[in-house]
Parts: sequence; structure tokens; C-alpha cells
Amino acid sequence: MAAPASGAAREAITPDAPVKLSIRNVGKTYGGITALESASFDLRQGEFLTLLGPSGSGKTTLLMIVAGLVQPTRGEVWIDGKLATYTMPDKRDVGVVFQNYALFPHLTIRENIAFPLRMRRMPETRIAQEVARVLDIVQLPHVAARLPRELSGGQQQRIALARCMVYGPSIILMDEPLGALDRKLRDRMQLEIKELHARHAITVLYVTHDQEEAMAMSDRVCLMNQGQIEQIGTPRELYFKPSTPFVADFLGESNMLDGTLEKAGDVALMRGPHGLAVRARTHQVIAPGDAVKAVVRPESVRLLREGETADNEAAGDVTEAVFVGGVSRIFITLTQGVVISAKQLTDAAVPQPRPGERVRIGWNIDHGVVLKASEPAR
Amino acid sequence: MSMAMVEASAPPLSQAGWIRAWPIYPLLLFVLAFFVYPVAQILWLSLIDPDGHFTLANYVHAATTPVYLQTLGITFQIAVWTTLLAILAGYPVAYLLATSRVRTREALTLLVLMPFWTSFLVRTFAWMILLGRNGVVNHLLVSLGIVDAPLSLIFNFTGVMIGMVHSMMPLAVMAMLSVMERIDGNLVKAARTLGARGGNAFWRIYFRLSMPGIAAAGLLVFITALGFFIVPSLLGGRQQTMISQVIISVVQELLNWRFAGALSVMLLAASALVFYLYDRLLGMSTLSGSADDVADGRKSGVLARAGSAAGERLIAALGWMTDRAGALLETVMPPRADRPRRAWSRLVLGIVAGLIIAFLCLPSLFVIPVSFTDGSFIEFPPKGFSLRWYETYFTSPGWVAATTRSFVVALLTGFVATVLGTAAAIVLVRQRIMFRMAIITLVLAPLVLPRIIIAVALFYLYAQLNLVGTVAGLVIGHTILAVPYVVITVMAVLKTYDERLDHAAWTLGASKWQALRRITLPQIKGGLIAGFLFAFITSFDDLTIALFVTGGSTSTLPRQMWNDLLLQVNPTLAAVSTLILVFVTAFIVLAEILRRRAVAG
Repeated sequence: MAAPASGAAREAITPDAPVKLSIRNVGKTYGGITALESASFDLRQGEFLTLLGPSGSGKTTLLMIVAGLVQPTRGEVWIDGKLATYTMPDKRDVGVVFQNYALFPHLTIRENIAFPLRMRRMPETRIAQEVARVLDIVQLPHVAARLPRELSGGQQQRIALARCMVYGPSIILMDEPLGALDRKLRDRMQLEIKELHARHAITVLYVTHDQEEAMAMSDRVCLMNQGQIEQIGTPRELYFKPSTPFVADFLGESNMLDGTLEKAGDVALMRGPHGLAVRARTHQVIAPGDAVKAVVRPESVRLLREGETADNEAAGDVTEAVFVGGVSRIFITLTQGVVISAKQLTDAAVPQPRPGERVRIGWNIDHGVVLKASEPAR
Repeated sequence: MSMAMVEASAPPLSQAGWIRAWPIYPLLLFVLAFFVYPVAQILWLSLIDPDGHFTLANYVHAATTPVYLQTLGITFQIAVWTTLLAILAGYPVAYLLATSRVRTREALTLLVLMPFWTSFLVRTFAWMILLGRNGVVNHLLVSLGIVDAPLSLIFNFTGVMIGMVHSMMPLAVMAMLSVMERIDGNLVKAARTLGARGGNAFWRIYFRLSMPGIAAAGLLVFITALGFFIVPSLLGGRQQTMISQVIISVVQELLNWRFAGALSVMLLAASALVFYLYDRLLGMSTLSGSADDVADGRKSGVLARAGSAAGERLIAALGWMTDRAGALLETVMPPRADRPRRAWSRLVLGIVAGLIIAFLCLPSLFVIPVSFTDGSFIEFPPKGFSLRWYETYFTSPGWVAATTRSFVVALLTGFVATVLGTAAAIVLVRQRIMFRMAIITLVLAPLVLPRIIIAVALFYLYAQLNLVGTVAGLVIGHTILAVPYVVITVMAVLKTYDERLDHAAWTLGASKWQALRRITLPQIKGGLIAGFLFAFITSFDDLTIALFVTGGSTSTLPRQMWNDLLLQVNPTLAAVSTLILVFVTAFIVLAEILRRRAVAG
């Protein structure tokens, strides 16, 4: 669905695309409470970066610091090559789409969009042209004379975006812009924003707590937790190569097995509870004897048929099998006492395993990741 | 409120509905008998001569005697200035409150409302202590060498303005605050990120959206100010005589009901005219305080649309001017990208609003030191220390009787108003009854109608019913004044009450009465306490009704103070004022604690 758009955008982001935003060791403390520990990353021209995390993870604080609406306690913010850590919000080259859109209720749509241009003392004739231009872009030329509350949620959303695009800021910041919309509309708006981003090569810093939204829209995702960046990378990297148990747990579903590392290397061997051996990839430097966690996605766990084999194999009893439509979910209690969840496409021709049934399960080396168990030092 | 609207919103008539709405009838009958009937009677009286014939003589007399027209002019003039100053000084305070954290806001709100709770007479008396020729202010100015001779701050326009603005500003602040609280804080932030400097963001967005609050504050303050008589009587001179004072003297000295009625009609007509103009100019919807409604030009009045273009231009100009000033300041202190910004504007706001809040809550406190004087006159600093004036108070049969009477009347008023008001509020919130808006308007009318008219009307009625000088007469009059507060508070609490709790109680076997007593009432206790408190204070503080209905041995505390204030200002008044201050503060703190506990529980 979003593939062509993100493909087009990715072309624009080459390592030599200019850095539009640079965050360096930025932190924020309110009184004695740390809202943001220390964040650093670069955002390149045309990139779509999402700050993802549970509430209270510091993502909105970081966004507000970039917007200039919150002053950081430490660190530096560079926008378009200029130091802007404490620059006034009106003097930095950013646009913000607020969670509730923050359209001015007393101004018509035309005046809302004209507002940033008036503040820049643009001549009246150009203002009219520019407003018409962005209204065309968001495909709402007919609402110019209306007031914001006469528009639907989706329309207001598009106008908020148009109001930012009209003055061509270096970066557009979006704070959970789709949070107030219902599921269906949200999906559509995701595509629309994605397309606008690709076609107009806008640089976007996006905040959401919805992981699917983050995955679907972003070139890169910055996963945050308790005021810290857990991992930053492409959606695939985060999903398949999580660097901490938090990342693995937060994104999608996962089976997490505790154990100690027996053999290090590209393919690590982990000894789990009651001697359960797990072989999986590792991207970290871990020494044998360290406490580790092995992560396996439920969709990677297969029920092995007679004669079928896998890199990792285990046997157990089906505890529960749940049919939820297109997929079925099966919980298996291994002989080692661990419960593993498996997810498979439902096949009408194949009967679902029944509780109590003895089964063999397996998954391949490439489908598992071994991680250091301890949280990285704070 | 137009009749068309009322009828359009009225649900279909049903027989059962009329019966089910019975709890509202006691209040309705009460208001009809002791408010609508007497006021109508006094207005009617102004149109007939003693022989029962229709006559306009009273109006001709009022219109052709320069002194009455002058008084009306002065009344308007004072009300206009009071309104302007109260809004001007109240705006920064309301803005500070609206943009503070919840905790700070709650604390500051209590301070702002101080003058509202403090007895009218106490605070006016405090201003007499402060502003007099040898008062605190002059004492300070002269001893600091700022002025050579004492300034005339009292018994003139200045004194009236200080007293009136002090009284009215809490009302203005609360009216503006209720609108400001609903302005989305993100809007100003959005304006800033869109390139607006502080000035443009404030004027074009925040100020523009707070205008309905200003308009509502203006109307409330103006209408209330029109009916004032305590402040101009005590702090003003002959040149500041307001129409209510004239009405009082016409009744008390000339006993000319018909003419007093005519003057009341003129005052009423003036109020109505203001309401009408307000509706035409801005639309009544602004009173409900919704920023959205006013933002919509199509809904508001004719003139509002015509004036709006000019208004928007003015606001834009103010925005650019403020920003120009800000830019000028920045050439002196250039902002740096590598240093945190200082919130200068916030600091200035804090100082300005802080001073205004001090103006609101400090003056009353000056009655305390004065009450402990050993001298025989009100003076500051007080001479020596003694409790003799407290002794005078406690040993004076007149004062003690007046105090007792005030307590009895206030308690009874609180009780009657709470019972009648709560019953009516429950019906008004929960049942779909005919003419709901009309009934609410009727019940709330005593709030906006100048009190003096109600007082004169009740005096005339009581004279026929032999209620003058009785506790019953006072309680009835005070209940009319107090019941709107009860209805408003209880309705507000009930609107947030989840009715399904009652439904649950019914399904669990409770009768309607049991559900009301065991489920509903305990949960809305906070509202009931607040309503009772309002009613108690309204009665305890009332002078207007007491002015006519009591006298001599039947005086209430305010009435007794009023007599002393007019005839012989003495330190006993300071002692009484201090006691009232302490009592009312304790009462409010207690009620606040009870209310919080009720809300928390």
C-alpha cells in the first residue's frame, strides 16, 4: 500500500542528503523529575522519522524541545545547520501539527492558512496564491471560507498540515496527529500524509504511541522508553533485530526465553530453563555465561509435522488453541515447563490442534535473536 | 431569551410530567408571591394616582426635575467607569489565573474572591480607614515625603471608583476566567510555531478568543454597578449620588411609593436597555461563555459584524505594536540560541497581577489593627492597645441583639433557600418540563435585577401584610436573593452526577425516596453545602432588604453598622468588622474543608 511512496522517499535520503535536524545529548528535567534523559540523532532532508514509545517515554517532550515550546535542560538542537537550542519558536524553521490540530476557531480556513504568511509580512496577492496552492495540495479548495469546526476530523487534519506546508519549514513536527481519528480514517490519513511527504520531499519528525502507525509510515523509527532512546533504525531493523528486550517486547508479539549464553558467535547457543537449547542470531557482543534472552516471534514458530525438522526443536502439550479468523494462535507448554505461543494462518482443510494434544514445534536460527538480559546501563 | 426559542425547545406536554415536577412548585410559588407580584405591584403603582387613575405624573416629575436626570447620568457614568476599570485591572489577573497550574490557580482564586466573601460594609469601612484625610494611605504618603498635604481620596469620585472597582473586580475576573479556561493552550503555541511573535500570538489569538469573557464581565459588572448605594453613600460626595440612594431617600423620607416606583422603573429600563444593546451588539450567546459561539460572526449581533472588521484591524495593530516593542527590547538584550530564554513577560505579568490581587485582598485587613486602639477615634497607626471596643460591642444590647438576629435570619435563609433551590434544581436538571428556560430565567432574575427594587417592592408588600420588622419578612426577602445561587450550584453539581447510579439503586430495590436520600443526596452534598454557604453569606451580608424592613430594635448586624457608619464612625465598628472578618473566614474555610471532603468521599 504505502510501498511506492516510501520507496520514492527513501531514494531522497542518501547519506549525503543534508542534515536538517541534529539533536545532541538533549535532556529535560522538570524539578526533580527527568522527562528526557539524553537523546541524540540526526534527521536528514526528506526523511520521515517517528518517535515511538509508551506515554511518559519523553517523546512529546523531545518534540516540544525541537519546536522551541519547551526549553531543554542540557544538550544542543541544530536546525538546518544553525544552533537553535533556545531560539524562539517563531524564529526557528519548523512547523508543528498539534494533536488536536490547534486550528484557530475564530478564523476561517483561509485565514488559518494565511496566518503564518501574514506573520511573515507576505504581500496580500501572494498570500492568496499560496493559500490556494496548498488547499489544492490537500484537495480541499472548497472549504476556504468555512470555520474549522464546520470541518470533519480528517479535513481539519489536512488543513493543519496545509497550514504548516504553506510556509515551507525545514522540518514538520507532528504530535500524534491521527490520535483523535477513528481507525478507518486513521488508515487513510496515514497514506495521505505518507504520499504528501514523498511527493513534496518534506522532512518529518512524527510522534505516536501506535506501533503499527510508526511502522507503516516511517523511514526510521526511534523507540523511546523512560526518557531514553532504546533503539533507532528502520522498522524492519527494530522488528527483526531488536537491541533490547524492551524493543522486542514493545513491537509486535514475542516469545521471550530466559537463559545463559553457552556459545558466543554469529550463531549463539543459549541454554534455557530445564536445559532447553536455543540457537539464534546475535548482533551484540555477549560473553559465555552472561544472562541472555532469546526472542522468537510467534509467527516464526511452526508446528512440525511427522518427519519435518527445524534448527530449534522442542516438544510439548497444546494448552489452548484460539481461532481468531485468518490466523490461529496456539499455546504450547513445553516439556521444559515454558509456554510458547505460535501463530499460524488458519487452513480450513487442516483441523486445529486440540488442548492436551502432544506436538513438536520448531523454528530456524534466522528467526530468533539472542539479547543481553540486563537493561543497558542508564 | 425569546419566546420562540423557549417553545421550540419545550418537550410535548404530558399530564404525568406536570405531576412529576411537583418539587419545583414550592419555589415557583415562592418566587411568584414574593418577587414577581411585589415588583409588578410597585411598577404598577408608579402608573396610577392615589385615586386609582392612570397617570404619568411620576414620570413627568422625574423627567423634568434636573436632579433626577443628573443622578441617572451620574449613575451611568460611575457604572461605565467602574466597568472599564474592573475589566482593565481584572484582565491580567484572570489571565494569570487561567495560565497557571491548577494548584496555583485554586489558591489565587481564593484570594481574588476575598472581597466577594468579606462583608460589603466591612470592606467599605476598611476603605474609609485607608483613604480618609488622616487615613493609612495619606499617612504613608506624607511621612514618606511624597506629598506635602494629604490628598483628597474620599468623599469624591476617586473614593467611589476605588470602592466600586474593588467590589466589582472579583466578578469581572471570574466571568473572564470562565472563558479563558476554555481557550486551548495549544492555540497560542501553534501561533508561535507558525511565526507569530509573542505580541501577535497574544492579541490575535488569545485576546481575540477571550473577548466573550470581557463582554460578559462588562455586562455583569455594569448591571450590578447601576444598583449600588453603599459605596457612593460612604465613599462618595454629594456629586456622586446614585439613583439607588435617591430611591432610598424617596421611600424613607418622603414615603412616596409611587415616585419610588417610577424611579425603579427608570433604573430597570436602564438595565433592560443595556441588556438589549448587549444582545444586539454581541448576542446573548456570549453570556454562556463559549468562545466558539462568538467566534462565529454569523451568530452574533448586527453591529458586531459591522464593527468586527475595524476591531480585527485594531487587534492586528496591537499585535504588531507589542512585537515592535519586543523587538526593540531585543536590540538591547539580543536573545541567544545557546542560552535559555528568560520569561520576562511572565515576570511582569506576575508582578502586575500580584499587585492587583494585593489591592483586592489586603484592604479589609486594616480594620484589625484599628479595632485594638485605645483611643476614641479611628486612627492609624492606632493609639496603644486595648480591648475596650470589643467590650463595648459585647456589652451593648443593641449590637448583641442585632448579631443574634443576623445569625438566626442567615441560618433560616440558608435552610429555606437550600431546600427550595435543591428541589427545583433536581427537577430542572432531570425532567423535561415545559418552559424550562423561562423558569430558570425567572428563578435567576433576582440576581440581575437591582436589589434596591426588590427591597422597595417587598417593603410595600410587607407594609400590607404586617411583615415589616419581622424575622419572617427578612428570611423571605433574603431567600429571594439567595435562592438563585443555590439553584445554580446544585444544578452544576447534578449535571455531572451519573443518573445511572439512581437507576442501579432502583433495580436493587430502593424506592425513589430511598435512592434520593441514600444515593443522590450524599453524592451531591458538596453542591448543597456550597449552596447553603452562598445563601447564608448572602443573608448575613445583606443591607438592602434590611434597610427598609428593619430598624431600631429589629436591626440586623449590617443595618446596625450602616447606622453607625452614617451617624458616628467609631472604633466599635472596627471591632465588629474584625469579628465578622474572622467569623466569615472561618466559616468559609470550614465549608471548603467540608466540601472537599464531600467531593473526595
